Amino acid sequence: MEFNQQIPLLLDISTPDRTGYTLPELDVPEVELTELVPESLLRETEPQLPELSEVEVVRYFTNLSRRNYGVDVGFYPLGSCTMKYNPRMNEDIAALPGFSRIHPYQPEHTVQGALRLMYELDQYLAEIAGLAKSSLQPAAGAQGEYAGLLIIKAYHEARGEGEQRAEIIVPDSAHGTNPASAMMAGFTIKTVPSDERGGVNVAALKELVGPQTAGLMLTNPNTLGLFEDNIVEIAEIVHDAGGLLYYDGANANAILGITRPGDMGFDVVHFNLHKTFSTPHGGGGPGAGPIVVSEELVQFLPGPVVEKAEEGYYLAFPEKSIGRVKSFYGNFGVLVKAYAYIRHLGAEGLRQVSENAVLNANYLMHHLKNAYHLPYDRTCMHEFVLSGKWQKEFGVSTLDIAKRLLDYGIHAPTIYFPLIVEEAIMIEPTETESKATLDRFIQIMFTIAEEAKDNPEAVKAAPTTTPVGRLNETQAARNPILRRQAK
Amino acid sequence: MGFVPNTKAEQLEMLKTLGCSTIEDLFGDIPEELRLKRPLNLPEPLAEYQLIKYMTGLASKNKHLDHLVSFLGAGAYDHIVPSVIKHLVGRGEFLTAYTPYQAEISQGVLQAIFEFQTLIVELTNMEVANASMYDGASALAEAALLACNYTRRDKIGVPKNLHPEWLSIVKVYLESQDLEVIEIPYQLETGLIDLAALNPQLVSELAGIVVAQPNFFGGLEDVSAVAARVKDAGGLLIMAVDPLSLGLLKAPGDIGADIVVGDAGCLGSPISFGGPSVGFFAVSGKNLVRRMPGRIVGATTDAQGNTGYVLTLQTREQHIRREKATSNICTNQALNALIATIYLALLGKTGIKEVGYQCIQKANYLKQSLLKAGFKLRFNSLTFKEFVVQAELDWQKCNERLLEHGYLGGLPLAVVDEKLADSVLLSVTEARTKAEIDEFVALLRRYSNGV
Repeated sequence: MEFNQQIPLLLDISTPDRTGYTLPELDVPEVELTELVPESLLRETEPQLPELSEVEVVRYFTNLSRRNYGVDVGFYPLGSCTMKYNPRMNEDIAALPGFSRIHPYQPEHTVQGALRLMYELDQYLAEIAGLAKSSLQPAAGAQGEYAGLLIIKAYHEARGEGEQRAEIIVPDSAHGTNPASAMMAGFTIKTVPSDERGGVNVAALKELVGPQTAGLMLTNPNTLGLFEDNIVEIAEIVHDAGGLLYYDGANANAILGITRPGDMGFDVVHFNLHKTFSTPHGGGGPGAGPIVVSEELVQFLPGPVVEKAEEGYYLAFPEKSIGRVKSFYGNFGVLVKAYAYIRHLGAEGLRQVSENAVLNANYLMHHLKNAYHLPYDRTCMHEFVLSGKWQKEFGVSTLDIAKRLLDYGIHAPTIYFPLIVEEAIMIEPTETESKATLDRFIQIMFTIAEEAKDNPEAVKAAPTTTPVGRLNETQAARNPILRRQAK
Repeated sequence: MGFVPNTKAEQLEMLKTLGCSTIEDLFGDIPEELRLKRPLNLPEPLAEYQLIKYMTGLASKNKHLDHLVSFLGAGAYDHIVPSVIKHLVGRGEFLTAYTPYQAEISQGVLQAIFEFQTLIVELTNMEVANASMYDGASALAEAALLACNYTRRDKIGVPKNLHPEWLSIVKVYLESQDLEVIEIPYQLETGLIDLAALNPQLVSELAGIVVAQPNFFGGLEDVSAVAARVKDAGGLLIMAVDPLSLGLLKAPGDIGADIVVGDAGCLGSPISFGGPSVGFFAVSGKNLVRRMPGRIVGATTDAQGNTGYVLTLQTREQHIRREKATSNICTNQALNALIATIYLALLGKTGIKEVGYQCIQKANYLKQSLLKAGFKLRFNSLTFKEFVVQAELDWQKCNERLLEHGYLGGLPLAVVDEKLADSVLLSVTEARTKAEIDEFVALLRRYSNGV
């Protein structure tokens, strides 16, 4: 099948009575179904599922995969997403039946290996964060934020200030998830502006905090890829006002073994194991968003957590736990991969991860600022944000530049984020890219900048080499077709 | 180390380009007092061979389902997983991609999600399904939030025969927004929702009522009776269903469900100590679609008229609406949704019925065998693949003895409700054989006689 040929949907290639499975024999005596299910509860119309042979299913999904781009295919500098290489040995390890074939309610003495892994991962993350203890339960960063904010709420409630401390402060450069999570946790949201250097405007923060402040959510390095060098003062301002500090760990790839959120003054941290700790992104999950908290907040962690006694490891609920946010113990299969990654790299390896992530980002920024506007010209951390505003003068938007990159076989950076940068282009190379890849990317970005000037139509018509051309998103939203249409 | 390809020489060359002499120079913005002056306190690194050996050792400390015959369920099941699945989802183009922001080079993932939405809609007979949720429990919590938001009522009815973990998760989500969970009792004889508790005054205040079909005890609810009450009062009917039951049981859309959620981990995902699984979320009509949480994929065209797929209706989502979004969810469980899609493609129309049929027949065989052996059923309702058995037995101890024979017994319900201290929840899937069931019954009979 040609790469650019459209692939009909499963139901369009279905043939009546074809099957792609085998089941064990039904070897027990059967009774009439109507004896087991009252007629009124039996299905009347059968679901229209496809009927396909195994080989048809294999070819269908193999061909779909050929129309998809992953880190395994090429450079994927999607800012804030840390698209690093996903080590294959971790896949093999997570697939070991001792990890992938265990039931969450087995007696604890039969899953000591799994519990030990969780206990140790909790400790490793606490050491990396510079805090006391973790909960591995949240399924993704957003759920980690939500759980962390509930801990902040529980802390204030325990001090009799629950009603009063109803506000969460979020920078204008923050991920949209931050305010959305604060809303889910029942807080009202106050926005603190950025200063001219791209950091939190400290004077404005001083004005915002008060007895109504529950906490501040911050990414550090922030979404511009810049280290908040006023962090100690920021932490003091929030703590003095009686609030707590939440660290959005989406950008933790720059800090491993270099600096720690706990040492900066943060009280609650979430890590995205699918970003910093190399577990694959899976086309949009599963991720894992463990949270790590200070000693004082351990009692509020979502349960269960793993504890250790002489006889072995066991599950327990912290004393004033906020409860559960996720079934069972979180995305265990993802935890296994992150654990293996940490054990493979050790302290020195993790530090090299961050050093090289920062080196690669600065190398790209150093070159690309000659062709694209760099609104905050400072040493960056693991990522940086360009603006497409010079190209905009030729009628070429950041979206056009992103689409043109696809023609050159590269995944586009994150675009139009953070919101405080006009025509933003957010680039995160990660440590797993070579200088040769970076040099090629620089060349391509220069070529596109030239094209924007000399031949803007070519950029605006992009992409032309992909399986489909630029898709009409307005049409998709105005006339939503959200399932296969019956023929 | 760290999968860093750059050699020392290349690193030095890059540093020179930047006008730096050491990598330390790049961290100048980090105040000196915040720099970590010692190595992280972590175990020594292990090379690939040693790591795999070490991890295999750790894994071997767990007893697993290749060696245990499981009658344990309660939300995680030993269903059969076709081999093909791991090979397809292991393809790097799927595994190592992220959320399909660049649609033109993400048609594989986007079309797969579109298929997932289509198949969930077919199974549930609802109007629209989203791209996936973290798991069934958080999907239900979000459904309850949607109902409150939609009806502008601040209470939701949730039955006490819901999975206890799901119930507590729903409570956490609702109470954090000052919404109230009204727990609806179940009848002690049947284990089913006590319809008498649904008095008109109470129901008129509810944003909706949740019905688990089957419920936590495996029992089959008379959903229509609940539907009539809640819908007359202007609330929504929310159903939490087992997708593997839907080849046999009436589709939620045919009962009048407004929102349907469930856990689709049973559709081909490894059991993996309970996660990652995947939740699904489907609604009945247009008004609810615009308030749905999560990613949604839609079909559209390019300038040449080629069909293609994109993320759509994004004005609901956090990256655009921030605190006004319908939810904070962004990354979901795409790879597990892909697994479920492949599973449903393999099983198809007849397979989905056959798996459900085998589950209910084999579970019934265990049930009848236990009755013959003198055990009692805790509830007298009809059931799907799980049911509750009652006996004057120390179930914990009994399970320990079963383990010695390679059997994983059911979930003792003392942890759920003191009144059920003498009961255990058993689960039977299509993977069990008559011989295994017979031996399991023989062992239980032996322990109940104190032998």
